[in-house]
Amino acid sequence: MPKELIRLRDCCMAFDDEQVLNNLNLYINDKEFLTLLGPSGCGKTTTLRIIGGFTTPTSGDVLFDGVRINAVPPYQRQINTVFQKYALFPHLNVFENIAFGLRMKKTPDPADPSGKRMVKLSEAEISRRVNEMLDIISLRGFEHRKPDALSGGQQQRVAIARALVNQPKVLLLDEPLGALDLKLRKDMQIELKKIQQQVGITFVYVTHDQEEALTMSDTIVVMDHGSIQQIGTPEDIYNEPKNAFVADFIGESNIIDGIMCADGIVQMYGRKFSCVDSGFAPNEPVDVVIRPEDIDIVSEEQGQLSGTVTNVTFKGMQYDIIVDFRGFKWLIQTTDHSPVGARIGVKIDPDGFHIMKKSDYSGSFGDYSSYSDEYDELSDSSEEEDAPGKDDGHEE
Amino acid sequence: MKNRWLAVPYVVWMAVFVVVPLILVVLYAFTSRDGGFTLSNFSTMAEYLVVFGRSFFLALIATLVCILIGYPLAYYLAREGESMRRMATMLIMLPMWMNFLLRTYSWMSILENTGLLNTFFQKIGLFSLINGIFGTDITFFHMINTEGAIVLGMVYNFLPFMVLPIYTVIEKIDYRIIEAAQDLGANFRQVFQKVILPLSLPGVLSGITMVFVPAVSTFAIPRLLGGGMVTMLGDLIEAQFMGSAYNPYLGSAISLVMMLIVLICMAVMNRFGEGEEGAVVL
Repeated sequence: MPKELIRLRDCCMAFDDEQVLNNLNLYINDKEFLTLLGPSGCGKTTTLRIIGGFTTPTSGDVLFDGVRINAVPPYQRQINTVFQKYALFPHLNVFENIAFGLRMKKTPDPADPSGKRMVKLSEAEISRRVNEMLDIISLRGFEHRKPDALSGGQQQRVAIARALVNQPKVLLLDEPLGALDLKLRKDMQIELKKIQQQVGITFVYVTHDQEEALTMSDTIVVMDHGSIQQIGTPEDIYNEPKNAFVADFIGESNIIDGIMCADGIVQMYGRKFSCVDSGFAPNEPVDVVIRPEDIDIVSEEQGQLSGTVTNVTFKGMQYDIIVDFRGFKWLIQTTDHSPVGARIGVKIDPDGFHIMKKSDYSGSFGDYSSYSDEYDELSDSSEEEDAPGKDDGHEE
Repeated sequence: MKNRWLAVPYVVWMAVFVVVPLILVVLYAFTSRDGGFTLSNFSTMAEYLVVFGRSFFLALIATLVCILIGYPLAYYLAREGESMRRMATMLIMLPMWMNFLLRTYSWMSILENTGLLNTFFQKIGLFSLINGIFGTDITFFHMINTEGAIVLGMVYNFLPFMVLPIYTVIEKIDYRIIEAAQDLGANFRQVFQKVILPLSLPGVLSGITMVFVPAVSTFAIPRLLGGGMVTMLGDLIEAQFMGSAYNPYLGSAISLVMMLIVLICMAVMNRFGEGEEGAVVL
C-alpha cells in the first residue's frame, strides 16, 4: 500500500480576476513519478508552485505528510525544485551551485548529546556529497566551470544535482527538458527516470509533452483550464481517455459522434459495430475514440466502412493516411501504402473502439480535415473540396 | 566594415577635445615657468598633501554615504516598489534636470547661519530650548562652510549616479534565481547575502566610479558650501589656472597626479569585481 505524501484539497487559485485553478483535488504518493500534463495555461505550473511554496492558493489546503503547509515558506519545505531554464547561480561555479543548499543547511551537532545545538555541515561532508552528485550526473572535472561555460544538457544536470544533493522528499521539475534538443531530451528522459529510481524519492514533473509523460510517469494528471481532466497510469490515460480533450491530447485520436444502442453495441455512420464498452443508457449519444493504429485497411468489399484516401504522408515507421468517410476525415497509421484517391475499406476490432460520455469538449477534437488541408496545399494534389476544417487542436 | 566611418565625427571630437588636452596636461606638468623640462612641479606638490588627503577622504565619505542611502533605495525600487517605481525614478531624476550650480546655491541658502534651516529651528523654538537646558547662548547651528556641508552637497548631487546603476543591475536579476535560492533553504537574509548582493556588485562598482571620480575633483561644491575655508583638489587646480596663484604648470602636475591616483583606485576595485572572491571582499 503506497503511502500518501502530498495532498491538495479543494485548491483554487486566482490572479486578479482570472481563475487559474478550479477546486483542484490531488494526492501524490511517496516515491511516485507523477506528471502534470497539459497545454500551456492549464494551471500545471501554478500547481507545482503551490507545492513548492512559491504561491499560496487563494483557497484550499496543501498537506505534506498530513500536515497543513499553506503558510510554510519554500526554504522550510523538504521539497526542492528544478526550475525551467535551470536558474543556476551565474556567479557561482558548478561545485558551489550544487553545494548551495548544503551550505544553508544546519544539522544537530554530533558532539552535543542533547541534540539541540545545530551546526553547519563540515566542508569535508559538503565536498563528499557534492562529489557524489557530480558522479551521478557524470560531471566530474567540471567543478570549477561557471554555468555559462556549460552546454544546455550539462546545465540541466547541474540543476538536478543542485536539488537532489539536499536529499529532499520530493523533487519538483518544471518542464526541465524544454530547452534541450530532441535527441538529448530522449536521453535525459531515461536518465531522469533512472535517477528517480536510484534515489527513491517522489518526482512531480510538469510538461506539455505527452510522449515525455507517457515514457516516464507512474501517474499522469491531465489538466486543462485549471481543472484535472483525468488521473491515471500512462496505459489508462492512453487506452481509456475520459473525454475528447484527453483522447486528443494524448496521442492521435479519431473522435466520431456515435450512439450507444446497448452494452457492447455502438452505432455510427448509421451502422452498428460491436465494442467492449458498457454501462451507458440505452441510445445515449457518445464520443467514439478510435486510435489510428487500431484500424486495419482491407479491400472495399471486406471493410466495415469504406472511404477515399485523400492524403498519404511517409513517417518512417509508418504511413499517416487521411481517409474521407462521408465528409469526416480519419487518420490511419499503417505500414501498407495506399495511393491517394484509392477506395479502401477499414476493419476495427471490438477492443479498438473506446466509448466516452459526451463532454464540453465533444466536437472540438478528433477530426483530421484541417490536417489534410495543410497537406493538400503543400503537395498541390487537392482534387476535391474539403469541408471547412474544424479546429483539430493539433498545432503543437 | 564600411560603417566605421560613422564613428569619424566622434573620433575627431575625441582627438581634438580629449586626447590633445590630455597631452598638453602631461607636457605642462613637466615644464617650468621658463619653458624648460623640470620635475619641480611634482616636488612642490608635497605642500599640498593635506589637500590631496582631504579630497580623497571627503570623496570617500560621500561615496560611502551614497552607497548606504542608494543601495537600499535601488533594491527597494527594483524588487518591491512596483507601484511607486515611476514616481520614485522621476523624483530621483528631477534634480538632475536643474543646473548643478543652482542646486548647490540653493543648499547655501538652506544651510547659512541665517538660512532656511536655522530660521526654521528658531521658529520652532529649538534654540531657546537648548539655551534653557545648557545655559548656552546660541542663535544658529554652524552648518555652512564645514566639511559636513561639502559631503552633503556631494551626496545630494551624485546620489542618482549611485542609485541608477545599482537599480539597473538588481532589476535584471532573474526572479527564478531568487526562488531557486529560497528553494534550496536560503531565508531572506541569506538570499540577499549569497545571491542578490554578489550579483549586484557590478552595479555598485560602476556607482562608485560615477560618484567617487567627480567627487574627488569637484570644485564648485567646496567653493560654495565650504566657503573657501575647506580647500579641495578642484579648488587648488582651478586656482592655478584662473586664480591669483596663476601657475598652469603646477596645475597640470596636480591634475596628472590626481588622474593617476583615480585610475589606480579604479583598477584595483575592478580587479576585486572580476575575481570570484569579489562577493566576499565587499
